[in-house]
Amino acid sequence: MEKHKKILEYTLSSLLRRKYKNLAIITVFSFIVAALYSILFLTHSLKKEVLTVLKEAPELIVQKVSGGRHDLIPTDYMKRIQEIYGVGRIIPRYWGYYYDAITDGNYTLIGFDKDIQGLKLLNGRMPSNRKECAIGKGVSDVRFTGIDGEIFLIDSKGKVLTFHVVGVFASESAILTNDLIVINKDDILELFGMPSDRATDIAVEVYNELEIPFVASKIREILPDTRPIMKGEIIRTYETLFNWRSGVIFTMFLGALLAFCILAWDKATGLSAEERQEIGILKAIGWETGDVLELKFWEGIVISFTSILTGMIMAYIHIFFLGASLFAPVLKGWSVLFPPFRLIPYVDIYQVFVVLFLTVIPYVASTIIPSWKAAITDPDTVMRG
Amino acid sequence: MFNKMKYKIFIGLILSETLLILALYVFSQMSIERRSIEITAKKILVRELMLTDLSIWTEARYTRHPSQADLFTPFQDFPSSVEHFPAGSIIAPPENIKTWKSIKRY
Repeated sequence: MEKHKKILEYTLSSLLRRKYKNLAIITVFSFIVAALYSILFLTHSLKKEVLTVLKEAPELIVQKVSGGRHDLIPTDYMKRIQEIYGVGRIIPRYWGYYYDAITDGNYTLIGFDKDIQGLKLLNGRMPSNRKECAIGKGVSDVRFTGIDGEIFLIDSKGKVLTFHVVGVFASESAILTNDLIVINKDDILELFGMPSDRATDIAVEVYNELEIPFVASKIREILPDTRPIMKGEIIRTYETLFNWRSGVIFTMFLGALLAFCILAWDKATGLSAEERQEIGILKAIGWETGDVLELKFWEGIVISFTSILTGMIMAYIHIFFLGASLFAPVLKGWSVLFPPFRLIPYVDIYQVFVVLFLTVIPYVASTIIPSWKAAITDPDTVMRG
Repeated sequence: MFNKMKYKIFIGLILSETLLILALYVFSQMSIERRSIEITAKKILVRELMLTDLSIWTEARYTRHPSQADLFTPFQDFPSSVEHFPAGSIIAPPENIKTWKSIKRY
């Protein structure tokens, strides 16, 4: 044990002799690891949260397709769908987009004709009368309005409609409600100039989850101009969407990662004349090959472990305390309304260990192998270079 | 004295970083537990408002509602056209447009 302590002590002294070079490697290594872990933490956390909440999405959404595009669906299609065995409630959904020229933002408007109660993430209440609305936090912020305030929207005929704000969704729900404006169904029909016998799409409840594909194919059979979207497909879309391998952030950092790999490989495999001389001297004064290898092993461990642990901590702070602020410009894209990320810190231990092994082991191996070559050569030859 | 203490300082540093990571992990578990009420509230919101998508990217129909977009709209005009919005770099094409078999289904 004492011997290992002495070798570790010697390793640290040896690293400190080249402190600027090693400090630079630790810094770059830490940042690369922090970037990798940040991507993993962000996507895993978002994915986990989204897939959990979207389990409550409607079992089936039926869209009408006309000319290859989503079209308004006649509400009398509901009667045909209701005839299918296993179908529960059928609810028409009224929604659409509203471009707000004042803020350059796009809002999503939803119309309801039912009284919705018991929403914990809503301050105030849902609209129960015409010309009332509940708005997302993002809309509230860009339009500088809140409960008891007013919001103006221009309808399809160019007429200005004034809505009284009766509720604002809490910022905790911003990932789902940031751009929402919930109004009465008749208001949305008026605003968008939609015929009263049309809806945007239809939500279909299916009693038995296993029967959803059957019901979807039956709908497709009796209503060939429709496109049923199953809950499973919605969930799969989001699984793919947050797939960590996709995306510009990873690609961006992949370049940096490769650059670091080349740097580390070059540093670790190409022993400098000074390092070769050091190995030669150690051998000449009586160090065994095994001792030299242990020295190099500790060198790899000191650099890679310090960097990995520092990078991991930096990534955690970046994603879960600072709301992924460094990634925000990339994630935000051209959105005017972008929700703040208050991520729930779901961490996948498997991913943590995968990165740990994929970085520590290759680095230690690439430090030991060239040293082993030098250590088994005659000390005199090594010292002479 | 410092010269003989280096390994202790190193082990101390690694141990404190490991302890910090463990503390962050425990913090994560506690946060998940604490915010489970928030998740339940979001589930109610999704169920009651019949939501299907996230309100993250609001710049285009197919980035606001990726699960509801027309089959070709992730690329707006035709399946291999160049994506215009930065969000498209984050969003991978839906699985169903990747396989011919699935396209035939609709």
